[in-house]
Amino acid sequence: MGKTLFDKVWDAHVVTTAEGGIDVLYIDKHLIHEVTSPQAFSELENRGIKLFRAAKMVATADHNVPTIDQHLPIKDDLSRFQVNKLTENCDKFGVELYGLGHQYQGIVHVIGPELGITQPGMTIVCGDSHTSTHGAFGSIAFGIGTSQVAMVMASQCLLQQKPKKMRINVNGKLKNGVLPKDVVLYIIAKLSANGGTGYFVEFAGNVFREMSMEGRMTVCNMSIEMGARGGMIAPDDITIEYVRGREFAPKGETFEKAAAYWRSLATDADGVFDAEYSYNAEDIDPMITYGTNPGMGIKVTDAVPSEDAFSGQESFNKALAYMGLEAGESMIGKQINYVFIGSCTNSRIEDLRLAAQVVKGHKKADNVHAFIVPGSKQVQAQAKAEGLDRIFEEAGFQLREPGCSACLAMNDDKIPAGEYCVSTSNRNFEGRQGPGARTFLASPLVAAVAALEGKIADVKPYLN
Amino acid sequence: MKKEFKELTATAVPLPIENIDTDQIIPARFLKATSREGFGDNLFRDWRFDAQGNPKADFVLNDNRYSGKILVAGRNFGCGSSREHAAWSIHDFGFKVVVSSFFADIFKGNALNNFLLPVQVSEEFLQEILAAVIANPATELKVDVPSQTIELVGSGKSETFAIDGYKKMCLINGFDDIDYLLSLQDKIEAYEQQAVKF
Repeated sequence: MGKTLFDKVWDAHVVTTAEGGIDVLYIDKHLIHEVTSPQAFSELENRGIKLFRAAKMVATADHNVPTIDQHLPIKDDLSRFQVNKLTENCDKFGVELYGLGHQYQGIVHVIGPELGITQPGMTIVCGDSHTSTHGAFGSIAFGIGTSQVAMVMASQCLLQQKPKKMRINVNGKLKNGVLPKDVVLYIIAKLSANGGTGYFVEFAGNVFREMSMEGRMTVCNMSIEMGARGGMIAPDDITIEYVRGREFAPKGETFEKAAAYWRSLATDADGVFDAEYSYNAEDIDPMITYGTNPGMGIKVTDAVPSEDAFSGQESFNKALAYMGLEAGESMIGKQINYVFIGSCTNSRIEDLRLAAQVVKGHKKADNVHAFIVPGSKQVQAQAKAEGLDRIFEEAGFQLREPGCSACLAMNDDKIPAGEYCVSTSNRNFEGRQGPGARTFLASPLVAAVAALEGKIADVKPYLN
Repeated sequence: MKKEFKELTATAVPLPIENIDTDQIIPARFLKATSREGFGDNLFRDWRFDAQGNPKADFVLNDNRYSGKILVAGRNFGCGSSREHAAWSIHDFGFKVVVSSFFADIFKGNALNNFLLPVQVSEEFLQEILAAVIANPATELKVDVPSQTIELVGSGKSETFAIDGYKKMCLINGFDDIDYLLSLQDKIEAYEQQAVKF
């Protein structure tokens, strides 16, 4: 029986199989941040356990950090304490930290790939569900809880039941204006917010093969939004050329050996999946969510539906009531006062370039607060080097400093209660962007157009 | 906080809402603590309290008819983020068991690692339990780990629930994964010697 990409990477990392068929899975890279690591460090200390492989860990501060005046001390006492605690723990345990002020600081799922820490064929974990992002490289990457963070610190391993495997194929030619974010929002709308629970997903088909690494990261990032632990895309030339030359990637002859191994990881012709779905690229349009889970997505040009095949009517009505929407109402024309372009889903240089291309020579609508939060210091520097900062400034958009920002509103970047925000992030849950905030998830293109129009609008007039 | 879990008979709190995500269980702005304790105070914060911090009368945790060590919730409980704080807050509030017809993967694992037992039942049985508890808050549920059964006490109705054999052993004996993983250090080091490396 042939193996899938997932099988090949998983099987190469099984140290042993414990009773009940649960695998002891070796972890190649453990990324940590300030929010989900302090209790794990404390657990090690309290139990007198040593950190087993500090060299396989990398830390950054992203969730809590301000996106304005990062050179000044963090004003919020609890946030400052948590960020300082990370520095203290990394010093004490010998973990490499790209903290505030460091040229490599940024959202953990942005810096791993851009530094070449993320490589194909690896197992990667982090105390953050969007660790699925790194699956874009053909690695097994998934989010873990803090108890598991402590387990990896103690043993570089996790006890994991091997999940089921799903393949999602998208073939055909994407329409102009349809971005990777639209592709993944379309898939989640088809499968629901829990359609992937219990599975690890492989994304296959020419649409993903032709996608840039950054687009693949956007797709894999949102695997968790359909309940899947992670998503993967087979490493190919695009993957290999992206990794080549990055700071922590293998070099020279070793790189060529690695690349040959990475190419061998693709699913065999007779690889077996537990579930498989196929979609046509031509059926996908620019998407937006209207509800309070990422499965509640429709075409931007559609009206709000009156029911959802995956929710009970009571839950569905509760979502519409929270969002202040009526069934049958058009999404086009809905006034929005906030636009957020950022998060581990859409804060990379390609996202910023696209937004800049759309807003260049235009002004944001007067009613809109539009802010762009780059995924990392390197993305920020690149944007400046390309002059994107000037374009954003002239259009009335604020380009801020890197962090998770208004994706989860742990810092000061909150959307006020009752306000609508078109956001390029990944979750539209109640209160996700601040208590009472109402989130419409969309691509950077849909978000940038909304900022210019002051309302949700068709992207067509803005396409070349 | 951690201890063995074999069986529990208790009253329950009904929360018949689907897709309860981890941002509802514990909003991100309360994740700034560096210890595991005290998260129960902010469990379901924005459903439980208004912007001024006053309890909302229509939320079940503020309804003094309902109390107990078992939370009964709609399908796809715990979706969203990997924050273990969700499991900590439910446990810290005093719940030992969450019953639903479907759980998100990461939440389920986090709950078990904190000796908070996720019990997955059929949608029909969930609706029966919810109806019984809502109608009579004194209704008890009996959860037994060794036999993997949950019973709606007094109705004669019960279901078995799935639990990984290893995790079942951990729950019954009060073991956690770290103890086991530490015992494997030789095997882990041997694995490292032969693993593919670049």
